Amino acid sequence: METQAFQKIYTRITSITKATCSLKAAGVGYEELAVINGKLAQVVKVIGGEVTLQVFGGTEGIPTNAEVVFHGKPPVLNVSDELSGRFYNSFGHPIDGGPEVEGEEREIGGPTVNPVRRQQPSELIATGIAGIDLNNTLVSGQKIPFFADPDQPYNQVMAMVALRAKADKIILGGMGLTNDDYLFFKNVFDQAGALDRIVSFVNSTEDPPVERLLVPDMALTAAEYFAVDKNQDVLVLLTDMTLYADALAIVSNRMDQIPSKDSMPGSLYSDLARIYEKAVQFPEGGSITIVAVTTLSGGDITHSIPDNTGYITEGQLFLRKDTDIGKVIVDPFRSLSRLKQLVIGKKTREDHPSVMNTAVRLFADASNAKTKLENGFDLTDYDERSLEFAKEYSRKLLAIDVNIDIDEMLDTGWELFNKFFTKAEVGIKEELVKKYWPEEEGFEDKKSEKKETEEEA
Amino acid sequence: MEEKVYTKGKVKSIIANLVIVEIDGPVSQNEICYIKLHGTDLMAEVIKINGNMAYVQVFESTRSLSIDKEVEFTGHMLEVTLGPGLLSRNYDGLQNDLNTMEGIFLKKGEYTKALDESKKWDFKPLLKEGDRVEAGSWLGEVDENHQSHKIMVPFKMQGSYKVKSIEEKGTFTVKDTIAVISDAEGNAFPITMTQNWPVKVPIKVYESKPRPYRLLETGVRTIDTLNPITEGGTGFIPGPFGSGKTVLQHALSKQAEADIVIVAACGERANEVVEIFTEFPELDDPRTGRKLMERTTIIANTSNMPVAAREASVYTAMTIAEYYRQMALKVLLLADSTSRWAQALREMSNRMEELPGPDAYPMDLTAIIASFYARAGYVYLNNDESGSITFIGTVSPAGGNLKEPVTEATKKAARCFYALSQQRADSKRYPAIDPIDSYSKYLEYDEVKKYLNEHIDEKWTDNIETVKDILIRGRETSEQIDILGDDGVPIDYHITYWKSEIIDFVILQQDAFDDIDGSTPIDRQKYMLDKILKICHVDFEFDSFEDTAEYFKRIINELKQMNYSEFESDKFKNHEKQLEKIIEERKVD
Repeated sequence: METQAFQKIYTRITSITKATCSLKAAGVGYEELAVINGKLAQVVKVIGGEVTLQVFGGTEGIPTNAEVVFHGKPPVLNVSDELSGRFYNSFGHPIDGGPEVEGEEREIGGPTVNPVRRQQPSELIATGIAGIDLNNTLVSGQKIPFFADPDQPYNQVMAMVALRAKADKIILGGMGLTNDDYLFFKNVFDQAGALDRIVSFVNSTEDPPVERLLVPDMALTAAEYFAVDKNQDVLVLLTDMTLYADALAIVSNRMDQIPSKDSMPGSLYSDLARIYEKAVQFPEGGSITIVAVTTLSGGDITHSIPDNTGYITEGQLFLRKDTDIGKVIVDPFRSLSRLKQLVIGKKTREDHPSVMNTAVRLFADASNAKTKLENGFDLTDYDERSLEFAKEYSRKLLAIDVNIDIDEMLDTGWELFNKFFTKAEVGIKEELVKKYWPEEEGFEDKKSEKKETEEEA
Repeated sequence: MEEKVYTKGKVKSIIANLVIVEIDGPVSQNEICYIKLHGTDLMAEVIKINGNMAYVQVFESTRSLSIDKEVEFTGHMLEVTLGPGLLSRNYDGLQNDLNTMEGIFLKKGEYTKALDESKKWDFKPLLKEGDRVEAGSWLGEVDENHQSHKIMVPFKMQGSYKVKSIEEKGTFTVKDTIAVISDAEGNAFPITMTQNWPVKVPIKVYESKPRPYRLLETGVRTIDTLNPITEGGTGFIPGPFGSGKTVLQHALSKQAEADIVIVAACGERANEVVEIFTEFPELDDPRTGRKLMERTTIIANTSNMPVAAREASVYTAMTIAEYYRQMALKVLLLADSTSRWAQALREMSNRMEELPGPDAYPMDLTAIIASFYARAGYVYLNNDESGSITFIGTVSPAGGNLKEPVTEATKKAARCFYALSQQRADSKRYPAIDPIDSYSKYLEYDEVKKYLNEHIDEKWTDNIETVKDILIRGRETSEQIDILGDDGVPIDYHITYWKSEIIDFVILQQDAFDDIDGSTPIDRQKYMLDKILKICHVDFEFDSFEDTAEYFKRIINELKQMNYSEFESDKFKNHEKQLEKIIEERKVD
């Protein structure tokens, strides 16, 4: 960025650490940006006349006589419709070779929505994935992370969700994204012909980790522009929030702050909440929905990062490999969408809650049967059937490669109930059974036929 | 009153929302000041003073603040405005009325009035000229949402006064003078319907604070029957995320026998607060037949609002609760969640570079939590009336681990402990309060025992003990059955287990969304408890363990149907008859 006429240049740095530089300067605002030897930095502390700057790119090679220029303002993003279809770095500068975006300059990390002005989320987001739509329905204005181990295909699933969700804009905030994953997103969006409704802010593994701290705010500032100014439905994808939290820990450590649990800063909850709470349904129709990824280490959800996240977000989605069918499924037990109650059976067919709960209950019976089997106990006929049911349920509904609409998911549910169970075993309300129980010959019919033939014999 | 000159200062250092101010005169700890930043005033509170440097925590973002900006001190601590019109409002942690704020986004430095100053209230005097009064005396009353809201002598007034003049019945705004009182020297003080009070100081204008002894009915069976809370009692609900804390809190606020409900949403999800905002005005109040919102005040400081204001929000809520208690009302205060409040304390302590205690929380966390819980209680006012604040806080233990500092500190302060169990939540046994891990210290109080036995049943407390024993035995036998296998244990084990399951299914589990089952009055709880204990004392005979499950499921089903039926209705009695028949089938004399 070029130097402007009125800006004062400082050349006397008094102390340098791995991540920060300090110098004497006057009239500097808190959180203001500065450039040190061409590297971007932000004011994180002002003690008397001494200003401490956090250097995003690291302080390697910065001399004590480096040139320091203050911008006079906190980090900003130029917002306009031109943002669409482009790729930017953590500072909001294009990395796709295109020109800088012209538009209104907005401070990132802006103010909070007044809670009484929020609207209760009520619009369903269909993804075609039954593990999500059927069991853990997403609602616009919701914030929900994937809790996934690093080896699971969370970025693929997220890209799929993004493309199928009928959002006006998709904003990708990539933190510590490998170059391969960055290219993957680029290709997928490109091939889907969706590039024009996508805005991406990417901090790749090649960039300094501390830069990541700006990515969510950049992405959400762009999101707020489209949701508030243009009344659009915006879907924000944040991957990977664990790496974001790691960057927070690095900074707090370098600033000699006392760490709390798991070496995370004591303010982790507030820091994460500030980001996730940007998810909102506005009264004028626009909305911001956040789907994030929090990678776990060894599936441990009691670690500070997933734990704090769980208290902030409205549920979580777990991916798991189902070895019985050899596919990755959305785990129906550990996944939860807290907002699904607002839409299921209301925006979807009336039998949605019953089919969802019953199928999960039967799936649980199957997993009990499995434990019995493993412990060497004998299986009953019901156990055997529930195991069969579980396999088909997994393949036809839970697997992430499923892509059908919600009515079809519900019909599939009824079909499986009919195939493996009696009406009494399924135990759904009488009126619904009358209306939706399939006419094809099912388990109950066969059972009664068998009985009849036995009696005749 | 003479014009006071307040101290001024200049910003010298900024570390996030901790700002160090150089001062030119006296300031006091916890004094409020305003930092002038480009035409907006940022509110802040003094939290430490060192020489001529005051450390203040700013209730807003300090972005763009620079040194040498001016600071004006106010000479008072963080205060709330008390007066008619507090009910049905949605405030932020600093008592700004959220509904009167402009725009969708919260603006930095925008502060709104807590009370509607233009509204006219129908005032009725309760005292006359010449009457002696002191702080907290009821001068008159107005009707606030069908409840008598007492207009009191400000709590700050010390000593004894005489009513010099008082208005006749008429309509007034909260700012109008409704009475003039004078002290012994003849100095006159005009009194309006509002007064201010510093939130961090407990209001103590009462005669005495005895041990609480009256049961506070909540309609939630697992609380009322097994671990009851008293009027003026304290309790806390720790639970991992997804264990049904929110539903339980809603049930309590809806059903508990309280005149006033104050909900402090402290650092929680904004969409959950929106749910309260949208649902409470719709919820019918089972006690009055009107809307629940009429006797509710909500303090909302969601997780993304400034952290220092989050710390203040629980105190704001408590002070409003104390104000209504002074009117001889029963107040229920719910805070969700006190963990977020403790985290706010941790963030500030961290910025002040204090030496940390466990998990980096401040060393005095236990003391802070204890003194906050101590503000609840049952009191006799100076006019012999009684009022109470029942406080129930939730705790969000990190990683669901109940050994973390906030849970431990709260355990020392609160008298009732309602442990939400993940296991119960997973198996959909709601409310997920674990009956064995949970406790109510009030059951040890002689006066509480006496009250329960006098008001419910002379054997009530003994019966509670019996029920708990059955539950513990049930858990032990179920563990043994799991280890040894269904046929590896005597049939009696199965019977013992199923007897405890009856209690679990019929008393502990409750459908919060059902109109009848959702709330159970205490006489009905007694009836059902007697019924079940009778069954538990019956000897049953079985040939094989396989028959037990099916048989007891039938018993449970009839009892559950009774729970779902109107008390003592024909339907209820029919199921009861069915039940008796089933019992006869296997009863051994």
